[in-house]
Amino acid sequence: MTAKTKPFSFFRLINFFPPMLQQAIILPLLALALTLLISAVLLVITGYNPVTAYRYMWEGVFGNSRVFTEVLLKSTPLILVGTGIAVAFRCGVWNIGAEGQFYAGAVLATWVGIHLAGLPPFLTISVVFLAGFIGGGAWAVIPGWLKVRLKVNEVVSTIMLNYIMIGLTSFLVTGPMQEAKKVFPQTDEIVVAARLPNILPPTRLNIGFLIAVLVAIIAAIILFRTPLGYAIRTVGQNPETARYAGMKVNQSIIIAMLLSGGAAGLAGAIEVSGLTWRMFATISPGYGFDGIAVALLASNNPLGTILSGFLFGALRASSELMQMNARIPSVLFKIIQGLAIAFIIAFSLLSRKVASEKIADRAEAVPTTGS
Amino acid sequence: MDILSIQILLQATLRMATPLIYAGIGETFSEKAGIINIGLEGYMLIGAFTAYATVYYTNNLLLAVVYAILVTALFGVIFAYLTITIKANQVIIGTALNLVGVGISGYLFRILFAQTRKAQPVRTFQQLPIPALKDIPLLGPSLFDQNILVYGTYLLVPLAAIILYKTSLGLVLRGTGEHPHAVESLGIRVVHIRYGAVIFASILAGIGGAYLPIAHANQFVENMTAGRGFIALAMVAFGRWNPVYVWLAGLLFGSTFALQLRLQAAQTIIPYQFLQILPYVVTFIALIISHGRSLQPRALGIPFEKEGN
Amino acid sequence: MEASTRLQLIGISKTFPGGVQANKDISLTVKRGEIHCLLGENGAGKSTLMSILYGEYHADSGEIWLDGQKATINTPKGAISHGIGMVHQHFMLVPTLSVAENIIMGMRPLASFLWYMKDIEKDIAEFAAKRGMKINPSALVSTLSVGEQQRVEIIKALYRGVDLLILDEPTAVLTPQETRDLFETLRNLAKQGFSIILITHKMNEVMEVADRVSVLRDGRMIDTLPISEVTPSSLARMMVGREVSFNQEKNDTPCGEPILKVEDLTLIGEKGRPLLKNISLKVCSGEIVGVAGVDGNGQSQLAFCVTGLMKPTSGRIWIEKNDLTGKSPLEFLKAGVGHIPEDRHAMGLVLEDPVAYNFLLQRYRDNYFKWFGFLNIKTIFEHARRLVKVFDVRTSSVKTPAANLSGGNQQKIIVGREIDRNPRLLVAVQPTRGLDIGATEYIHKQLIQQRERGAAILLISTELEEIMALSDRILVMFEGRIIGETDSDRANIDKIGLWMAGMQPEEAKQT
Repeated sequence: MTAKTKPFSFFRLINFFPPMLQQAIILPLLALALTLLISAVLLVITGYNPVTAYRYMWEGVFGNSRVFTEVLLKSTPLILVGTGIAVAFRCGVWNIGAEGQFYAGAVLATWVGIHLAGLPPFLTISVVFLAGFIGGGAWAVIPGWLKVRLKVNEVVSTIMLNYIMIGLTSFLVTGPMQEAKKVFPQTDEIVVAARLPNILPPTRLNIGFLIAVLVAIIAAIILFRTPLGYAIRTVGQNPETARYAGMKVNQSIIIAMLLSGGAAGLAGAIEVSGLTWRMFATISPGYGFDGIAVALLASNNPLGTILSGFLFGALRASSELMQMNARIPSVLFKIIQGLAIAFIIAFSLLSRKVASEKIADRAEAVPTTGS
Repeated sequence: MDILSIQILLQATLRMATPLIYAGIGETFSEKAGIINIGLEGYMLIGAFTAYATVYYTNNLLLAVVYAILVTALFGVIFAYLTITIKANQVIIGTALNLVGVGISGYLFRILFAQTRKAQPVRTFQQLPIPALKDIPLLGPSLFDQNILVYGTYLLVPLAAIILYKTSLGLVLRGTGEHPHAVESLGIRVVHIRYGAVIFASILAGIGGAYLPIAHANQFVENMTAGRGFIALAMVAFGRWNPVYVWLAGLLFGSTFALQLRLQAAQTIIPYQFLQILPYVVTFIALIISHGRSLQPRALGIPFEKEGN
Repeated sequence: MEASTRLQLIGISKTFPGGVQANKDISLTVKRGEIHCLLGENGAGKSTLMSILYGEYHADSGEIWLDGQKATINTPKGAISHGIGMVHQHFMLVPTLSVAENIIMGMRPLASFLWYMKDIEKDIAEFAAKRGMKINPSALVSTLSVGEQQRVEIIKALYRGVDLLILDEPTAVLTPQETRDLFETLRNLAKQGFSIILITHKMNEVMEVADRVSVLRDGRMIDTLPISEVTPSSLARMMVGREVSFNQEKNDTPCGEPILKVEDLTLIGEKGRPLLKNISLKVCSGEIVGVAGVDGNGQSQLAFCVTGLMKPTSGRIWIEKNDLTGKSPLEFLKAGVGHIPEDRHAMGLVLEDPVAYNFLLQRYRDNYFKWFGFLNIKTIFEHARRLVKVFDVRTSSVKTPAANLSGGNQQKIIVGREIDRNPRLLVAVQPTRGLDIGATEYIHKQLIQQRERGAAILLISTELEEIMALSDRILVMFEGRIIGETDSDRANIDKIGLWMAGMQPEEAKQT
């Protein structure tokens, strides 16, 4: 017994903090710290100075206002995608298909954005966003429906739908949706009214980041402050109890997938209407996959994804700068993502185990005379 | 289509199916024991890079396979520790493993090869025609004019079937994924069996990954597995957790890769993107066809909690 | 010739973490070639004692002697090597494997080949036949009936060279015919010199098959007697205790309108096994109807049907004037059905959620908890704080996850939540399972208060004492049917005990 608890004594220390603080701040920070430490070891082994590397990273985020706005631009899709994934994971659905949903949203938004003429900007942008939401949402509802109706494993089905959507996009931008000039594999630009206003002119920063933050806040409100969100979370935690409480389990799963894919699709729409103004085959460098790490690091809390989305956005942007300045390959951030996920999960399990052992200890210590 | 192109297509099918078969057979064992391994893709990439780097520096193909096995086995142990001992969610840890696989293979490849422009082609396993057999019309050249790793699957599949259905170990494995408490009640440690199955799966995925740069191509490319790990996962369900059917599923998916390349080369009117996504579309359809079969091991994905204390 | 002693347990005690003392200084002797019944109610400590013998639990104190030698048993493997085998209540069989495969699993080194399954199967068939059992070794376990699966479990143990066999509630899942076959088999084995320990709480089984019987109550050994010296009623008294406590004060509230009406309810389970057969019952306002019976005789299914969680194959269910047959759980909730589920961890709580949200659950769409369509967190927490006080839930805060509370306090959350909804019908299934005396008493009081308020209460319990203490009327379920009904005033424990065992006492037929 004592031998079993000893290795985890470190986590006993952490358990002094209240659970909310642990989950929201301490464990993610700890996981991140250990991740950066291991990455530092990797850097040393491969002949780099981690201090230099991390300094470049720091400068790549906070060095000047231009790089900082680039970080915000990178965080925008990550916050949105992460928020969507958090909603699905909260409902117990393993949506790994955000990449495909991002593309689906971007394609539909682009198509609408090109053909929508004569409306005022606010309305045009709203319709473009709606198109993005519907595109991504529909692409996510397919595996959701297959899971509920036919018990098709959503992990593999969403991954296959990623490949299929990316292939379809590539077809569209070289075929039916290709620009009028037919030179590059890309679409025409969307109408001016469909473009997001810039908020800091010399930089590329548009209001997309603010919208992402707003969406994350709305998602948090839906999840934690509405009956619908309560049903989604209860289905994810204990479907039997959800049924017992009169909740519609299948319906909740479909809605969660709609919201999840919708958020990813919206991210695609914002990428198009805010930055690229057109669609091309490689519009996402893997935001859909980064979103998984974003959601998990935030313990599937949409509010937390604002922070972790910014963090991974910073990581992505700065690792590119690091590559340019120090020739350290930017894929390093994939390793950082993977390790961060593994550590955050392992840490929260270990700390929970220690917490329950503490409860057992207490129960054993108390004599049982009445209650 | 003339006989020659059928023969070439068959040959290509076997080549394209081989990495899938290695990964799929390993995953069959892992899932039979109750552990689902979303991280196959990560193992394969790690195996692929290890093999490429080994051949590059040592020019020794056999050593490359051995190193690929050792390195992926190490990652298998880590996965096993997190999912079996700590009982972390298998999907999440598998996803993390994929990220690490993409990251570490890409990072090291860029440092060691791409940035220094040393990413040269390496020696590969050569075709090793088997005398007499290769002269059988049609099938001979397709089946028996291949490299040694392809021949390996000819041994692996029957061996896997024999282990699973004709040995005491296989019996215990099949029990572990279905009813781990029954196995534990007979004095067998479920945890040990699961560790073994997970490490075995990682090793085979490592070989499947190694195949790509040192038998199929002669070069490592970032993300060169292109979703084969996920296809292998679908193969296991489509193949109903039976090594022989999984092998057949592997041939089916392999043929879509082969067909895709062949058609692209043939310059058909079909847009090439549709050919590229063919394997994934077929996999997706296969998933739907094989839905809801209650053949999935009952304890798949569920951590083993010992009863009592 | 006096049979030699096979097993001797001396002074076994066991306390679980949490303080439940399951075994208190228990001693037991089992002879070679005897069928020894271990009789007692749920929670009397029978299973714990046998788990200690089988190496699944470790005793805090006490000794195990086998054939006159002191033995230490730490694992099931160790028990098997000492010749002790166990047939668990929940079968330890892999349904997708054949009978022979299940039997030989783990018996040979992992690296050995099993080429000659045909020979192995032949050997197993012969082995079984020699011991009076017929079995098809090549059949898949999933195709076997429950009785046949149990036979496989017995052979699996015997094939490993076991000569002391423990069976945990073996007849709980058997039909009368299968039970007769099992007893025949056990008698045969005993004749061949095997010792058999049969854990049960059915008196008639003891009378039918035992050579000697030991009665456990509240973790203590009451007595061990040869079967010739006991009667069903003397056993019942020993099992339940001399006096059944009717200590709960009850006012005579007149029975009012019928709230729950069930007509001809039938439920067919997987593989066509009938789980409920033509059940008809009525529960009126201000009435507690107790459903007694041995675990697994259809009580759970009955509870699920009258709460909408299972759809009956045929028959009708009314709540007051509304025909709710085939309606969703939500419709039942709306009609005023409260439900205290059987297994609070599987259903009824979200353990990771704070206590406050566990008080919310079904009412999450109530306008009371809403503020312009949003959840009103303030109201949710106030509501929870109030209920925590009213129902005496011991928790540091309503923000604490429910998982951190003791079983009794978790149950109080459920009971409080259901009662606070002022249900017209309250379905309470095993409402005090695993709770200490204080919490049990408290929950009983709450149920009686609900009755006085005019709720109809369907109380389903395997604790006879609980049923007797609370119910106005008592129904007894046996194999999916209602086998007997009696007013609690005229209830006598012998009669109910016989019904629970599936027997029809003469005098009971008039009720």
